[in-house]
Amino acid sequence: MAKELLKGNEAFAEAAIRAGVEAFFGYPITPSTEFLEHMARRMPKLGRAFVQAESEVAAINMVYGAACTGKRVMTASSSPGVSLMMEGISYIAGTEVPAVIVNVMRGGPGLGNIAPSQGDYYQMIKGGGHGDYFPIVLAPATVQEAVDYISLAFDLAEKYLSIVHVVVDGNMGQMMEPAELPPMREISDEIPEWAVRGAKDRDPNILTSIYIDPEDEEITNLRLLRRWKEVEKNEVRFQEYQMDNPEILVIGFGTAGRVASSAVRDARAEGIPVGLLRPITLAPFPEGRLEELCDQVQRILVVEMNSGMMLDDVQKIVKGKVPVEFYGRLGGVTPLPDEILDEIRRVSKNEGEISGDPRDEWMDRLEKMRTGDQ
Amino acid sequence: MVEAKTEVIYQRPESFTDVHTHYCPGCTHGVAHRLVAEVIDEMGLREKTIGVAPVGCSVFAYNYFEMDFVEAAHGRAPAMATGIKRVLPDNTVFTYQGDGDLASIGIAEIMHAAGRGENLTVIFINNAIYGMTGGQMAPTTLPGMKTTSSPYGRDVELAGYPLKMAELLAQMEGSGYIVRRSLHDASNIRKAKKAIRLAFEAQERGLGFSMVELLSSCPTNWSMSAQEALGFVEEKMLPVYPLGDYKVTPALQELRV
Repeated sequence: MAKELLKGNEAFAEAAIRAGVEAFFGYPITPSTEFLEHMARRMPKLGRAFVQAESEVAAINMVYGAACTGKRVMTASSSPGVSLMMEGISYIAGTEVPAVIVNVMRGGPGLGNIAPSQGDYYQMIKGGGHGDYFPIVLAPATVQEAVDYISLAFDLAEKYLSIVHVVVDGNMGQMMEPAELPPMREISDEIPEWAVRGAKDRDPNILTSIYIDPEDEEITNLRLLRRWKEVEKNEVRFQEYQMDNPEILVIGFGTAGRVASSAVRDARAEGIPVGLLRPITLAPFPEGRLEELCDQVQRILVVEMNSGMMLDDVQKIVKGKVPVEFYGRLGGVTPLPDEILDEIRRVSKNEGEISGDPRDEWMDRLEKMRTGDQ
Repeated sequence: MVEAKTEVIYQRPESFTDVHTHYCPGCTHGVAHRLVAEVIDEMGLREKTIGVAPVGCSVFAYNYFEMDFVEAAHGRAPAMATGIKRVLPDNTVFTYQGDGDLASIGIAEIMHAAGRGENLTVIFINNAIYGMTGGQMAPTTLPGMKTTSSPYGRDVELAGYPLKMAELLAQMEGSGYIVRRSLHDASNIRKAKKAIRLAFEAQERGLGFSMVELLSSCPTNWSMSAQEALGFVEEKMLPVYPLGDYKVTPALQELRV
C-alpha cells in the first residue's frame, strides 16, 4: 500500500482496525480524542463495537468484559484518563486476559496541560495499578512505527495474556506525517479455550482476579512473574543510530529519542563520536544491550520529556560503570534538536565522574537557560 | 395392583452447582440465586448465558451458577456486562449486584447502562447494608437505621436519604423493564420469580435494559434472627421501598409467562 499523509491518532486507530480490533471503548480526552472519533466513524460501519463510555473507569471495564470473550479489544486515552483506568487495568492483569491501551501522554501531574510529555513513564512502566503485575510497554517514535507496533501490541497481548500499553505523546497523536497502513486483516474466528462465550458442551469458564486464599494468589503472582521473564527473554526491541564506535551514548525514547536522533546526526557532522540507543520496548527494557554498550562508551546522556524517570532505570543497569548525565524538559515542553546538540557538545568536553544525582546539575542548567542567564 | 409412579416435582436447577454456599443462615441471597437459576433453566438459556458477579457478599456467585461467569470490580458490573454484550449480542448477559455495588460506587455505571438501553438484565439485591465488610451504611440504609458506620442511626441531615434505584432507573428511556419485588415471604418470592422471568424475556426480545430490585434480608448485620429479619423487610423496608412495576415496556405487558 502507498504512503498517505495521516494524523497520528487517526493512523493509530485505523491500524488497530486493520489489526482486527473488534471493540473500542473510550472517553474523549485531549490529545487523544481523534482516536475515539475515528473509531466512532469506522467501527459501526464494519459491524464492530464502539461505545463512548460515561468515564474512563467505565471504558476500561467495558474493555475488561469484552476482553473476557477472547476478542481483540482496546481503548485509547491520555494521562489523566489512564490514571482513572488503573483500577480496571489491574483487574485485567489479574484475570490474565489480553488488552491493548494506547496512552497519548500529556503534561502533569493533575490536570496539567494538553502538551506532549513523557511524565507517565513510572505509571506505565512500573505497573500503575495495584498489585503484582508486569505490563508490556511499547514506545514508538514515529507515526509509521506506531502503526506497525499497534498490530504487534495485540499479538503480544494475546501471546502473553497481558496488558500492552502503547505510549506515545501529544506530538505523535497530533502530528501529520506520511505512513503506510497495513492491509485489513481478517478477524480471527478462533476462540481461546479460556474465553466466556456460554458454557455449551463444556464446563463453565470463570474469569476472575480474586484468589481469596493467599497461597493461590502467590501461585498466580509467580505465574505472572514467570510469564514476564519469558517476555524479557523474547520481546526486547530497540533501535540504534550512528553506532559506529560511539564514545558518547544518547538514550531517549519516543519523541525525545526522535529529537535526539537529529542532534546526534548534527553532532556526528561536527566530528563528535556519538550514537543513539532508542528503546522501543520500555518494558522489557533493552537491559542486555545497554550492559554491552557500557563497555564501549565513555559517557551516557539520557534525554527525556520528564524529570528523569527512565534515567533511574538506566543508572540501575549501568551500575556506575560509565558516568550518566541527564537532560530533560518537563511539563509539556518538547526539547529542540539544538538544545540536545548543545548537551552533546557539553558532555563531549566533560570528563571524570558525575558527583551525586545528575539531575542536580541539570536543574541548575535548565533554570539558568529558562531565565536566559547563560 | 396400582403401579407405583414417581414424578420429579422439585429438584436442583441445572443452572445450579451442587455445592454449599458461603452465605449466612437466613440470608436471602440463596433464594435470589435459586430464582435466577430456575428462570434460566426454564428459558433454556444456560448454555449461552454469561453472568457478571459483583464485589460484595455475592462476590463468589460464580461458584453457585453452572454457567460462564466473570467477576467485576466493585460497581463496574454493568460496564463489564456492556463490554461482553456488545461483542456477543446473541448471548444472555446478566449482572447480580448488591446495594453498595450498584447504588453507591457503581451508580454511574448502572445509570448509563440503562441510559444506553443496554440489553442486559440486572438482579439488584437491596438489603440496606454493606454485608461483606461487616454492616456499614449503604446508600439504601433506612433513615434512623443503625449500622457500624451510622452507629447513632442514619441521620439524613448528615448522611442523606435512601436512594430509590427502581424509581430512578425507570426514568431512563433506555429501560425496558424496571420493577421492585421482595423476598420476605413465599407469595412475594413467587412474584419475584415471575419478575426475573420477565426481565430475562425483555433481554431475549431485545427490549432494552431490565432490572429487578429484590428487597432482601441480612440477619447477621442487622443483628436479628432470620425470622425477625424477614419481618423487618416487611414492616420497615416496604414503606420506604414500595413494591411495584416502575417501567414495563408495552411489548412486555402483553406477555404471559
